[in-house]
Amino acid sequence: MAEASTAPRARHGSGLNLRLWLPLSWVTLLVVVAVFARWIAPHDPLAQDLLLERLPPFFMSGSEPGYWLGTDSLGRDVLSRMIYGAQIALFVSVIAASATCVFGSVLGMLAGYYGGWAERIISRLVDIWMAFPPVLFAVLLVAVMGTGLTSVIAAIALIDWTRFARVVRAETLVQTRMDYVDSARIGGARRASTLWTEILPNVLPTIIALLMLEMGIAIIVEAILSFVNLSISTDDPTWGSMIAEGRNAIHFAWWVLLFPLIALFFSVLSFSVLGEGLRQRFDPVLQ
Amino acid sequence: MTATPFFSVRNLHLSFADRAHKPLFGPAPRIEVLKGLDLDIGEGRITGIVGESGSGKSTLGRVLVRLLDPDSGNVMFKGQDIAGLDEEALRPLRRDLQMIFQDPMSSLNPRHKVWRIIAQPMKRYGLGGTREQATEALVRVGLPAEFGDRFPHQLSGGQRQRVGIARAIAVGPSFILADEIVSGLDVSSQAHVLMLLSKLAKEMGLTVAFISHDLSVIRHLCDDVIVLDHGVIVDNGPVEQVFDDPQSDVTRKLLAAIPLPEMDDTWFER
Repeated sequence: MAEASTAPRARHGSGLNLRLWLPLSWVTLLVVVAVFARWIAPHDPLAQDLLLERLPPFFMSGSEPGYWLGTDSLGRDVLSRMIYGAQIALFVSVIAASATCVFGSVLGMLAGYYGGWAERIISRLVDIWMAFPPVLFAVLLVAVMGTGLTSVIAAIALIDWTRFARVVRAETLVQTRMDYVDSARIGGARRASTLWTEILPNVLPTIIALLMLEMGIAIIVEAILSFVNLSISTDDPTWGSMIAEGRNAIHFAWWVLLFPLIALFFSVLSFSVLGEGLRQRFDPVLQ
Repeated sequence: MTATPFFSVRNLHLSFADRAHKPLFGPAPRIEVLKGLDLDIGEGRITGIVGESGSGKSTLGRVLVRLLDPDSGNVMFKGQDIAGLDEEALRPLRRDLQMIFQDPMSSLNPRHKVWRIIAQPMKRYGLGGTREQATEALVRVGLPAEFGDRFPHQLSGGQRQRVGIARAIAVGPSFILADEIVSGLDVSSQAHVLMLLSKLAKEMGLTVAFISHDLSVIRHLCDDVIVLDHGVIVDNGPVEQVFDDPQSDVTRKLLAAIPLPEMDDTWFER
């Protein structure tokens, strides 16, 4: 018994955990590309050249060297626009998801821990909030606040905080009933400090998994809003606006639409899987 | 009566709201759990609190350490009534009123290392709370010093319960409530944990309330015993007296449930 627990436990499954490493490599690639966009991108993402319009990607006949993934209807380099698009996608997903996470989790923890009036007010607020159709709500919010990245981020945080509030409240409620909360009281802890030092560490894995999921969702919402032209100006390269523009030319220049779509797909998928992967890897209780 | 008793409980009532039968409007009906208890706990003695499940023994224990608020009655602790004190007024007293929980897996925070679990209450009560002090407490309950770096799930059940004991004694209390502390353990760990508790109680001059449904454990460990049945005290006194001359059917039934230490001839005749 003592011997078995002396050695560090072997992780279940052998070798590399693909659920962690595949999404992590994609996200790392995305971060590197976004940070060094200026040096990596072969062309100016805004430079138009009508002589080079709708060039196919490198593996098709008629492609130009240097335009790896072809060009769009204004002759702008698709690869360069995707690289700069990653910058915007990541920026929005990190800022919006963190804001959503902090706001929703704090409310969820307060509701779950204190119960009573805090619980009633916050839960009713969540119910009312969730009755709004989210995309419509976002469009409305951006229309009121004006287009731009700040509005997009604010819209995501204002809509999606309920996701965190609900899940975190439920988890906090479970943890609050554990004996370690009573033993903290016996050990002289104040009520508020019990929430932050005892309960928060136990709710944190749930919050991190949700945060990752929310980063993926934020990328989608940003893409939706740029698709309907409510994000930043049309010139700025976002994956959503590239998809919107590519839609018009899908029959003869499918690459304008497909490549940003693939990037979007892998990013959202990676963030969703990463949440669970991180939990499996770093949760001391699960190991 | 010469000196103030350590704990003196008078006319203690406690009820819970019965949420399952709550009407749509208006308050939920109350279930009476403790129905007017009177008891004394003598200083330096180990008092067993026995009863079947649902008899209110855990509830009584949690009132003594004021994790629960009684509806009415007095709980005099060293001459001070703690029944009506609010959390702020209780905090300085809590150091003296420690508790060991039934389920150590749930009562030790799974995200904190063992040394931190022990050191944190000491820190909160202004007793230091260094790594060295935590190690000292670990060694005192018979665990190796390097266990401080483990998480609770890396320990066995008996080891976890020792950590619970270490946490309670580390703050130097005068009273410890032990709530069914061995019911989740195998027989040999049970014996070790009980021996440890009675040794420490003797060394430190602790007063202990020991909640159990197992009378054979009570007989070995306790000086006094209180038998509860449906929120009422049915037997109360020194262990020998209650065991030799039980006053109620409940006590007799519990006594009959003790497994016999030796084989009885009549076993073969059946």
